[in-house]
Amino acid sequence: MHGIHLTIVLAPLAAAVIAGLFGNRIGRAGAHWITILAVGLSFVLSVVVLKHLYLDGGQAENYSLYTWAVSDGLRMEVGFLIDRLTVLMMVVVTFVSWMVHIYTIGYMHDDPGYQRFFSYISLFTFAMLMLVMSNNFLQLFFGWEAVGVVSYLLIGFWFKRETAIFANLKAFLVNRVGDFGFILGIAGVVMFTNSLDYATVFGSANSIAAQSVEVIPGSPWNAMTMICILLFIGAMGKSAQAPLHVWLPDSMEGPTPISALIHAATMVTAGIFMVARMSPLFELSETALAVVLTIGAFTAFFMGLLGIVQNDIKRVVAYSTLSQLGYMTVALGVSAYSAAIFHLMTHAFFKALLFLGAGSVIIAMHHEQDIRKMGGLRKYMPITYWTAVIGTLALIGFPGSAGFFSKDALIEAVKDSHWHETDLLVYWVAYLSVLLGVFVTALYSFRMFFLVFHGEERMDKETKSHLHETPLVVTAPLILLAIPSAVIGWFTIEPVLFGGFFGDAIRVSHEHDVLAHIGETFHGSAAFITHAMQGPAVYLAFAGAFTAWFLYLKRPDLPEKIASRLSGIYSLLDRKYYFDDLYIKGFAAGGREIGKFLWKKGDELIIDGLIVNGTARSIGRFAGVLRRVQTGYLYHYAFAMFFGVTLILAWLLWA
Amino acid sequence: MISLQHYLTLSAILFALSIAGIFVNRRNLILLLMCIELMLLAVNFNFIAFSRYLGDETGQVFVFFILTVAAAEAAIGLAILVVLFRNRRSINVQELDTMKG
Repeated sequence: MHGIHLTIVLAPLAAAVIAGLFGNRIGRAGAHWITILAVGLSFVLSVVVLKHLYLDGGQAENYSLYTWAVSDGLRMEVGFLIDRLTVLMMVVVTFVSWMVHIYTIGYMHDDPGYQRFFSYISLFTFAMLMLVMSNNFLQLFFGWEAVGVVSYLLIGFWFKRETAIFANLKAFLVNRVGDFGFILGIAGVVMFTNSLDYATVFGSANSIAAQSVEVIPGSPWNAMTMICILLFIGAMGKSAQAPLHVWLPDSMEGPTPISALIHAATMVTAGIFMVARMSPLFELSETALAVVLTIGAFTAFFMGLLGIVQNDIKRVVAYSTLSQLGYMTVALGVSAYSAAIFHLMTHAFFKALLFLGAGSVIIAMHHEQDIRKMGGLRKYMPITYWTAVIGTLALIGFPGSAGFFSKDALIEAVKDSHWHETDLLVYWVAYLSVLLGVFVTALYSFRMFFLVFHGEERMDKETKSHLHETPLVVTAPLILLAIPSAVIGWFTIEPVLFGGFFGDAIRVSHEHDVLAHIGETFHGSAAFITHAMQGPAVYLAFAGAFTAWFLYLKRPDLPEKIASRLSGIYSLLDRKYYFDDLYIKGFAAGGREIGKFLWKKGDELIIDGLIVNGTARSIGRFAGVLRRVQTGYLYHYAFAMFFGVTLILAWLLWA
Repeated sequence: MISLQHYLTLSAILFALSIAGIFVNRRNLILLLMCIELMLLAVNFNFIAFSRYLGDETGQVFVFFILTVAAAEAAIGLAILVVLFRNRRSINVQELDTMKG
């Protein structure tokens, strides 16, 4: 098994190195073949590991491969923890990555950076696998940063575009804020346990929770609360939770395949995975869970609202990703970690599908991304259309689709969560956010869907004459992703959520275990659908879809009128709640102002002006006075000597 | 009887004269050189007087050394003076203020 684990990780790395360094020698076909084969191999082996762990009842494995350094008893190692949580992530990551690799052949067909792109996405797969398979915090951090770097490289893939450079810098900087919290959290873990190893740290979780720290003297905080909130700040950066979400919509400047792979299906879910992995720690801090829940609820609802006013096809999907990540975070906050991972999995499939579908539309439209200039694409692109139907239905949670099971279980979990007993305010904020979020999700999803595929054809004649279905390399991944998007919820909800699939990988304290509570009344997937039909969520989704139909197909003149009537709210949404303005004009410009002040006043005036040049100048002035003593006349010097000698003699004789 | 005191007084007078010469003279560089010579002679007087008084010949030997050095110094000093005159067409001490700060 160890060999298999290592192969899963190293195959994409090797392919990335070959495609990256020898891209010119192996050519375009060589680059895509080697990376697709390597990632395909990883996927197949991941499935083998999944089968071994799940069907064959294999044991979870936790071992170290290599000791990098030992310092004062702190072991820094490279190692794997392969349990069911890990293996689920591995399968999802490698599968989506594989699909994206194939799709890229079609999408990047004419791009001069073809080999470079394949090298990057293979490298990303390696980094992401290192992240999820890690058995210690250091390797987690390595993977965390490595996916960040590849994300940076890929957002700025078209590095001649000014907007792309701006976007990748923004993503990098915003992630630095999160990573700062994350590394402080890891430092906190090391401080209290002197270990980076998950098993050791989780083993001493109770002793951490029993201690307190005083960051501000006089107000002691629980050590576990502090560590968990710091770790969660890292997750907020990576998983784009408000207020660190601003980079994700801008990251759509990158090519669409990476929007699907990195900024929808895998990397942005690393934060969710990390919190689920740290469940033994988070379970011990009510405060941290409340923070997680509140942030998630805020993101889920308010970021969804932004999707309604966006006109760029990819940005609509990006805001929907933000909102869905908020949903997962909410699930973490109510201790339904399995539900979060379950939603993560279904979301990875249908969101990758939606992104790749959007990409397919973009190819057909000759890189036009404005949905106001599309419409009626249904008859030109039947495969894209039908896969988009499946993706959209899964996203809004249409009964029976993958998204339905995960989202409805999640909402159930919020409804029955322990917050109902402990903190009603947090409870209602979270519950209302996820419920109203369903309506909003359906509204923006179907708005985009109708504007793109139905209604009148608003594109120009030139584009229209070229419209046709995209090639097989593009549509095949769509079909392969549409299948799990449609059915995977039906088959996996029972084992993943209620069957103890994760075993020891996720630890939930007894009083928080809302999923066990729901599981008592769970009688199969069909019954789950019937049960859900009695709740409000499904009807809210239908209402959202109906509203979208009414506003954008039946009465297309209405949205304009609503926007002008509610111009205050509209501009608030259009400006994205002024977060960008706050950050760019507030923090960034403020930082520059402070820097300028320190430069002008502190450096130039005080240090250079007063201290350095001031010393020189005062010495010069003093010397200017003193030089007048030097007349140059011999007799003056002689007189000074005589006078001096006389003084010394007088002193010697009389003193 | 001429005592040590007389010698020392003479030496002091010579020394004071030479110093006064250096201060007061502002015209002629040659006079400066001569004053320096005179200063050395005043010192020599002291050496000889004490050598005699203490019965120690070392002082007298030293006087020879000083005379030699004074001769050499006078030669070099005059040579410099000649070069200086060639360059500046003057040996006026008041005009020699190149070292003025």
